[in-house]
Amino acid sequence: MSLPFKKPSILPGFWPAFSYTILYLSLIVLIPLSAVFLKSVTSTWSHLWRVVTSPEVVASYRLSFGASLVAGMISVVVGFLVAWVLVRYQFPGKALADALVDLPFALPTAVAGIALTSLYTENGWLGRYLAPLGIKVAFTPLGVVVALTFIGLPFVVRAVQPVLADADAELEEAAASLGANRWQVFRLVIFPIVRPALLTGFALAFARALGEYGSVIFIAGNMPMKTEITPLLIVTKLEQYDYAGATAIAAVMLTASFLLLLAINALERRTRKFMTMG
Amino acid sequence: MSIEISRIRKSYGAFEALQDVSLRIEKGELVALLGPSGSGKTTLLRIIAGLEIPDSGSISLNDEDATNSTARERQVGFVFQHYALFRHLTVAENVAFGLRLRPRATRPSEQDIRERVRKLLDLIQLDWLGDRYPNQLSGGQRQRVALARALAVEPRVLLLDEPFGALDAKVRKELRRWLRRLHDDLHIASVFVTHDQEEALEVADRVAIMDHGKIVQMGTPAEVYDNPASAFVYQFLGDVNLFHGRAESAETSVSYVRPYELEITPQAETAHGAVLAKVRHIAAAGPAVRLELLREDTGHALEAEITRDRYRQLRLSIGDTVGVTPRNIRVFAK
Repeated sequence: MSLPFKKPSILPGFWPAFSYTILYLSLIVLIPLSAVFLKSVTSTWSHLWRVVTSPEVVASYRLSFGASLVAGMISVVVGFLVAWVLVRYQFPGKALADALVDLPFALPTAVAGIALTSLYTENGWLGRYLAPLGIKVAFTPLGVVVALTFIGLPFVVRAVQPVLADADAELEEAAASLGANRWQVFRLVIFPIVRPALLTGFALAFARALGEYGSVIFIAGNMPMKTEITPLLIVTKLEQYDYAGATAIAAVMLTASFLLLLAINALERRTRKFMTMG
Repeated sequence: MSIEISRIRKSYGAFEALQDVSLRIEKGELVALLGPSGSGKTTLLRIIAGLEIPDSGSISLNDEDATNSTARERQVGFVFQHYALFRHLTVAENVAFGLRLRPRATRPSEQDIRERVRKLLDLIQLDWLGDRYPNQLSGGQRQRVALARALAVEPRVLLLDEPFGALDAKVRKELRRWLRRLHDDLHIASVFVTHDQEEALEVADRVAIMDHGKIVQMGTPAEVYDNPASAFVYQFLGDVNLFHGRAESAETSVSYVRPYELEITPQAETAHGAVLAKVRHIAAAGPAVRLELLREDTGHALEAEITRDRYRQLRLSIGDTVGVTPRNIRVFAK
């Protein structure tokens, strides 16, 4: 038997490795996800269509995708800065700061949500200084963005850090000796090197933000049409025993996320092209 | 464009990388900084380029003080040992990099940039590789691209840090001759760092030999080779044998002989008083035959180099005893 994608290779173990990959992807990702689609079609199409296009649900898509995109972009900027500082500078407490970055991974997200909420309410530690400026964070879409940034930041930092550490200082020196100023060195030398890693970090942070539930529901306040995220609506539907409705929303979200991630990956592959050639 | 380095000092913590180094390089001159690793040669080169800041001392380029100007302002071409090519850019874009950076007022037109890149790629004989990416090139090709990139901005000074260090022997020889010819065409001041004495002696107009953060001798290749200032220089410039003659003042001085300056005679013809040694190994391939000898009186190893003709005459084989007479002994105070 010969399949078109098997090339002779001196690296043994293609078939076992490939089989396991497919097996686990099936068991853990594909089968549960197909169950979502199968479950949702137990109802009539018209009912499903009504559910996924109801104004409340559409508003939640807007918030979920919008806030996740914004949070992803903030994570990219701030995460890059954090990674830069951790790689380029020596300072006391660096190891501590480095460990701190991972904390959002380890923290139960509900804890993060409660902590953020109590900080940002109008009489919270931070909220009380923001309120006079007319900035409300807790119970607004802005609060959702804050929570999602908190969750997404480590992904960007951890994606960019190793790439930045690997980037040769000689490249920057070469650019400087050719007449580049600091900004040109960054824009023309450093940025192109870390761009694929930034995109990876963005995709991870974005995907994580889309599915985030625990930290958001506390700070969002869950006002219909305003601060309800899509995962919350899914849970609400489940609590009302509307399984078909819940899975239908989930299917819409899944499809949209998948297409977005596919697009980001394609973009990343394009920016990485120069590294894989030759 | 001349380079004047005066009284440069640089330390890293307790380590003194450069101790009061002064050096003047004239326009059109190709100077080699030669020394073992840790001698401070690369630090000196980086200080000339403005990539490193000296603790004290001054640098003038073309008799204008440049001590406080940045790498960008100095307009030097710098070639790195590991090429430091931008791997996200094609070969042509790498070469064009320095030109495209310029502010609009001084930037050549797109057409001029392309023309300049084409000429430089011609010069490095890689005009057919313009569209490739650096990781599709061999080491020698990459180093030539790095050189073209440095030359594109028409630097006033060309600095090369172990430019051929990462290449294999044959490519290295080829490239250093090519560099010499290129330097003669450009007529700018060039400095290159190397730890390979053969490379320095073959290519450079003058050689600065460095050790422990100091220039220990400076001169033309012939000067430093024929009149080494110290035992260190003598040893660094070629293979040597420590040669103890008769008891003469071994406490206060050391004597050295180069392998090709040892006369080998058959035991029977050996003059009275010559040193006897046993042949331990013979390397007969190559332009000269190298012998590994063991002195019978002191038990020290000696290395001798004789011509192929002489080797045939002597009909040596391993285990033979021969007479060894140095033709030229150098004595240095300890």
